[in-house]
Amino acid sequence: MYSSAIIEETVVRLLREAECRLPPDVRRALEKALSQETEEVPRSQLLVILDNVRKAAERSVPMCQDTGVPVFFVRGRYDVRIEESIRRAVYRATEEIPLRPNTVDPVSRGNHGDNLGPGMPPVHFEPTGEDHLDIAVLPKGAGSENWSALKMLNPSEGVNGIRRFVIDCVVGAGSRPCPPTVVGVGVGGTADMAIALSKKALLRPLGSSNPDPELREIEGALHQQLNSLGLGPMGLGGRTTVLGVLMEKANCHTASLPVAVSLNCWAARKAFARVHPDGRVRFSQEGFR
Amino acid sequence: MSPREITSPMSEQEARSLRAGEIVFLSGEVLTARDEAHIRALELSREGRPLPFEMHGRALYHCGPIMMRDDNWKVVAAGPTTSARMDSLETEFLRAFRPSVIVGKGGMSLETLKTMGEIGCAYLAFTGGAAVIAAEALPEVLGVEWEDLGMPEAVWRMRAERLGPLVVAMDSHGRSLFHEVESDVHSRALLL
Repeated sequence: MYSSAIIEETVVRLLREAECRLPPDVRRALEKALSQETEEVPRSQLLVILDNVRKAAERSVPMCQDTGVPVFFVRGRYDVRIEESIRRAVYRATEEIPLRPNTVDPVSRGNHGDNLGPGMPPVHFEPTGEDHLDIAVLPKGAGSENWSALKMLNPSEGVNGIRRFVIDCVVGAGSRPCPPTVVGVGVGGTADMAIALSKKALLRPLGSSNPDPELREIEGALHQQLNSLGLGPMGLGGRTTVLGVLMEKANCHTASLPVAVSLNCWAARKAFARVHPDGRVRFSQEGFR
Repeated sequence: MSPREITSPMSEQEARSLRAGEIVFLSGEVLTARDEAHIRALELSREGRPLPFEMHGRALYHCGPIMMRDDNWKVVAAGPTTSARMDSLETEFLRAFRPSVIVGKGGMSLETLKTMGEIGCAYLAFTGGAAVIAAEALPEVLGVEWEDLGMPEAVWRMRAERLGPLVVAMDSHGRSLFHEVESDVHSRALLL
């Protein structure tokens, strides 16, 4: 039903856009951060970041040398050829953009140089009955991915326990995930679902309002609290530690309260495409709502 | 205050004159080494065998670049990687090979800070992800060793032209901006 060639071309373009152009919501958040910093060191970090972002877009080169592992989120009617087209697109993008060959065997550490291999790239598929196919890519660098965390809380720890865990994650990661970070939080589900939700949360635009009023309130409180820590850009001190907190939830077992945190570096890369069966494709870096 | 200009290779005395909080630009010879290159260099050193490159007095760059080859190698993107991954290897590496400065991101442990004091080495924090700014300041690839480790893990010898701005974040006098900020962050976090 969808043409494999169109999906492959679309995914190559998605990867190029995500790697070379910072999404507008993230750029706006960084500009706002610069306007709020007064000291020389944090200002110097944000100025370099914004200059780097501008030059990457002008030259169509990746903004960061860690082009990450491209995590895909696909919604539509299942077709086994979709994953095959995505793999071919990753292979091509690795040469054409180019992307850094990042994927290795976890034990031997052997690198085939093509960003593929067993399990790569990860594709989260959500089947729908809609005619169009939505493809999102979230290239995830290791600097931030290495601070991913899951905790199975006691249900009695409640909202305060969730809040405490997120703060502990940001404090524990410190300077290493390239702050100011975007904080994705997954609450509920099973352990594996909570982690997937914390990644999916990173796709929502910064500054958008969470449709769930309780999550909206926790997001706001955490954003303010995390920015009172003083960690600052690149952990060198300052007022901006995070660019935003984004949460997703799912129901969970009555005896469980899973909470997962996925941090995204300031280079919070993402790109979206909507592919229609007649071959039309729309692109966006803030998603389709 | 205009930022200070420094050049690699540099003397121990000059490396010791770098003080935490200063902003500098670095020119001259820069060598990349990440986890795998640290491991291989230390294996050779333990066996008493020489390295295929000279590290003494040079700038060690924690970086896994994207390179492209037409006639010569060219730097496409080359921002710093997380230095903390090299902490468990760095004390032995610093003692064996004596670089004058480390360029990286995120800072290193108190143990590494102590060794930096011992040999006269400063840690220069470069903005994580500033890959295009870095590539611009690395106009020439002088050579590559250990390509079998893969593009990010190989040792790339490059010539820098005003790489920066770099913040002297850890100096040879025992000061570390990262640890100062971290300690403030921990005390504030307790109040939340």
